Amino acid sequence: MRKSTFFSLFILLNLFLLALVFVYSSFRQRADRIILEEMGEMTRRFEITDLCLFTEANYTRHITQADLHTPFQDGPFSLEHFPSGAIVPPPEAIKRMNEKLD
Amino acid sequence: MKNWIDRQRNIVDFTLSSLLRRKKKNAALIFVYTLVVFSLSSVLFFSQSLKKEASIILKEAPEMVIQKIVAGRHEQIPTSYIAKIEDIRGITELKARLWGYYYDPVTGANYTLVVNEDSGLSPGTIAIGNGVAKVRLAFKGDTIEFKAYDGKIFELEVREILSPESSLVSADLIVISEEDFRRLFSIPNDRATDLILRVANPRELPTIALKIAERLPDTRQVLTDDILRTYDAVFNWRSGLMIAIFSGALLAFIIFAWDKASGLSAEERREIGILKAIGWETSDVILMKFWEGLVVSLSAFLIGVILGYIHIFLTSARLFAPVLKGWAVLYPQFKITPFIDGALIASLFFFTVVPYTAATIIPSWKAAIVDPDSVMR
Repeated sequence: MRKSTFFSLFILLNLFLLALVFVYSSFRQRADRIILEEMGEMTRRFEITDLCLFTEANYTRHITQADLHTPFQDGPFSLEHFPSGAIVPPPEAIKRMNEKLD
Repeated sequence: MKNWIDRQRNIVDFTLSSLLRRKKKNAALIFVYTLVVFSLSSVLFFSQSLKKEASIILKEAPEMVIQKIVAGRHEQIPTSYIAKIEDIRGITELKARLWGYYYDPVTGANYTLVVNEDSGLSPGTIAIGNGVAKVRLAFKGDTIEFKAYDGKIFELEVREILSPESSLVSADLIVISEEDFRRLFSIPNDRATDLILRVANPRELPTIALKIAERLPDTRQVLTDDILRTYDAVFNWRSGLMIAIFSGALLAFIIFAWDKASGLSAEERREIGILKAIGWETSDVILMKFWEGLVVSLSAFLIGVILGYIHIFLTSARLFAPVLKGWAVLYPQFKITPFIDGALIASLFFFTVVPYTAATIIPSWKAAIVDPDSVMR
């Protein structure tokens, strides 16, 4: 077999897998709709405001409800030390509340 | 047309033979390239899908949360505040919400306790999330001990375990009766954690928030829009999650492309010289280098994207788990729904394949236009 034929087959196989990814995604989206609706219903029933993504600290568990001092609540010199604190930005409501100083 | 295809095939044959001559170097190149595409696609798939899930789930969140702020900190709100604002036109539902955290010294995990009047839980019973059930090894009918504010221990019976499929919102939840919640934390009957409200027309929310701020100056209002935008920001390209993983991969890719663009090795230059000496034209050499770049980048792109997809959606982002988990004891096990589209794949293609292919052509063109004699020397 010519090398170019082998390469074409390899690319075609990968393109087929990529197409399969889209088919599988659309199938999963339809299948998961019920679960997403159930979670939406639970959110409404329990009046939830946040996703349960980072449970290590309360201000990362409920990132939309945190106040300005939460990262420092363990002590005045206790700087932010939870790993997820490094990847979670402050809530939008807090950003809106403060004036820009620069 | 047939001639054109034959010419391309011949050049691809030659390119592949040339790549196979430097087998180890090119295998390492494709491996690193695939790794870069894999991490970039994993981050993009993960963030796009969670962002979409958050927007679907959290649109059901309370339309406004009113928190009492004392000296810059969130305090319990007097339930008498309800009477001060309930006559504002447009409010359809206004109630006090009781929720909080409970640190479990037995497991070292933090739970979220919520009071729900409609759950039908009588005092002495609770419903727990799947994560809580797992860390406490609790089943329906078991009892869980809680230490109250005064150090007294009281036991609550598990009446229900919330579905594991809903872990993304409920893994650490404990739904408790109002009576037990107040007893556990000694919260007076006229106090609540915050107030929540729903309105008839969501477009009136900012106006209603303004009126509430006037009547209750010691409160702040968190609107659904703020909630959705906060989650949007977490999974935004500017967010820490993206920067943490993305920047490493991007830097590796820049170094990688720079190395290619900065010049060819002596061996590659000699190869171009020989090809020109035996009659190849500059356009043939550039075409050969174009195919070389495309073979490497397209293979790496396709394998990287497919592996990234498998990583996020079939293994539930196993490699990202330590980043998200941090020091948490209780971590939700959830399946991410794949929300991907053509635009996402196209942008990935544009940012990975195009720069690399371009970076391969420029130095080859420079080498191909010089005299073969001087290149071979």
